[in-house]
Amino acid sequence: MDQLFVGIKTALLSMLGTFMPDWLVTVHSVLISATGIAIFGPLTMMYLTLIERKVVARMQNRLGPNRVGKFGLLQPVADGIKMLTKEDIVPYKADKLLHLLAPITIVVPALMVFAVLPFGRGMIAADLNVGILYFLAVSSTTTISIFIAGWGSHNKFALLGAMRAVAQMVSYEVPMVLSLVPALMIAGSLSTGAIVAAQAERWFAFTPWGFVAFIIFYLCGVAEVNRSPFDLAEAESEIVAGFHTEYSGMKFALFYMAEFMNTFTISALAATIFLGGWHGPFLPSWFWFLLKTYILIFVMIWFRGTLPRLRIDQLMGLAWKFLLPMALVNVVVAGFWYMSSGVIRTFGSIACLVVAFMVLTALNRPYVPEKREYTFAEN
Amino acid sequence: MTELTFIAQLGIYAMMFVVLAAAVAAVTLRNLFHCALALAGVLIGVAGMYLAMHAEFLAMVQILIYVGAVMTLIIFAIMLTQRLGAGDVAQNNKQSLFGAVAAAGFVVTLGGILWKTPWPVKEEAVTSSFSASDLGESLMTTYVLPFEIIAIVLFAVLIGAIVVARKDAPKGAEQ
Amino acid sequence: MIIPLEHILMFSTLLFAIGVYGTLVRRNLIGILISIELILNAVNVNLVAFSRTTALSPDTGQIFTFFVIALAAAAAAVGLAIVLALYRTSRTIFTD
Repeated sequence: MDQLFVGIKTALLSMLGTFMPDWLVTVHSVLISATGIAIFGPLTMMYLTLIERKVVARMQNRLGPNRVGKFGLLQPVADGIKMLTKEDIVPYKADKLLHLLAPITIVVPALMVFAVLPFGRGMIAADLNVGILYFLAVSSTTTISIFIAGWGSHNKFALLGAMRAVAQMVSYEVPMVLSLVPALMIAGSLSTGAIVAAQAERWFAFTPWGFVAFIIFYLCGVAEVNRSPFDLAEAESEIVAGFHTEYSGMKFALFYMAEFMNTFTISALAATIFLGGWHGPFLPSWFWFLLKTYILIFVMIWFRGTLPRLRIDQLMGLAWKFLLPMALVNVVVAGFWYMSSGVIRTFGSIACLVVAFMVLTALNRPYVPEKREYTFAEN
Repeated sequence: MTELTFIAQLGIYAMMFVVLAAAVAAVTLRNLFHCALALAGVLIGVAGMYLAMHAEFLAMVQILIYVGAVMTLIIFAIMLTQRLGAGDVAQNNKQSLFGAVAAAGFVVTLGGILWKTPWPVKEEAVTSSFSASDLGESLMTTYVLPFEIIAIVLFAVLIGAIVVARKDAPKGAEQ
Repeated sequence: MIIPLEHILMFSTLLFAIGVYGTLVRRNLIGILISIELILNAVNVNLVAFSRTTALSPDTGQIFTFFVIALAAAAAAVGLAIVLALYRTSRTIFTD
């Protein structure tokens, strides 16, 4: 049961090997993995839209979509048909090439990251030995596509929204990379398979530095995906939906799809690097991986239903003034953890991290102006 | 496996051709934003060339830094200095012909020399592997001085860029 | 290496020449910066190609390339800061 998908792929390849030369079998092995990802990615995204609408609805004390199909399960199909048949409006003076290029360049990196996710024991599509760096590099190209979307819309508000979104994404990339550094230091490798293998006895999230790194990575991930509470740049009630104001129909569907695939990818990576990947008793490995990923996605949807949006200066202040110093202290504490042993390392690291947290919250108190004195006129 | 090698070679030559075409576009197009996008294409293509030369870590770092950060910087500067929908003006100055002749002369001279030199290709260099941990080790042992100096250089650049691009005059200038 | 060394060197020479042409010919300051980035990338490709085929140790060329990437990013940052300051005073970024 655990090796169900690996077994299917091996059977398919041996069936093909009977009448194909060897090199074509290699090409087909790559194609089978790629097809699997190409089916799984958009299918996940479709049902994630449904899960998000139903969960947010239940949190708001109402039912979600439940008319199309039993429990609303055919709603994503209806949504897809709607988006495909909508008219594709391009603004008059907009640059047509740029307007078309933006949704494409935002979906391709979102789908490319699926190649390094360890879905189960022996189920990575491409076990690169620079896997994590591949994820960071590919997800940093999203900033250019947001710029292209903003500039190609020929709309001042879209441009402003795009600049805010890029400023947010660039500032949250730095704590994200720094929060991954302790996990890479302790695992000793950049490959996702090796990081999962290094968590066989103890998940990284159960160590002091790993817990802090997990929280920082998760928050930065939520900000990178532009979800609530960090979705100032693209929410419908802010700046007229930001950089995707002028998009309709299939192009908007591509933006939406990229956002949900990024959600899945960030949760999957947080589960891989900090929550032990596919490790777990009894049940098959891919089931544990998907369970952990979907729990983290549920927490993201919970954030959306509960927390209010952050203002742009609060958002940037959080990244630069709090998360970045915390991530730096975390790297040092992880090094200390690796070098020492016994009871001193637990208490020492927890003490360092708690002290750093208190110092940072004390230094970042918001500015409260002093109360004004009102003198009322005498009548 | 020679068919796979052939497909790989075909792919790499195609990538080289696309990179050169994008570079020509980056220096001749009139719309500055299109030039910047052509530069992004060149940078991604060069990362592909690094992958073809088995330097994976360098390829990923190239995409992360150049495409992720330097392109963002260039596009921010374009957005802050161009008005939306500004007309396309001529981008080349009056020295186009001389520039083209100089560049062509350079290619002919250097290319001729490069083609004819017998390069000492060592087999063990071609098949050796260089992983990220080897890189870390070299940076910390053999090349630790340039590493520290570049940290200071980047720090100076950070402060310098902020000071140069700042909006308000320093307070002392008013007295 | 599946591509002969001469082909990669010709490729980097052509890229360098295109970058030099752009630096000499563009009127726009940001266009000149873009061409300088092309030059630096051509140099990097050259370094990695040599380090992979003729170098004594494989780390020399690649470490050099890392430093060139870092310095190119630094140069772009300072150059663009200067462009912004220039735009603020003279409202134009053309050099002639």
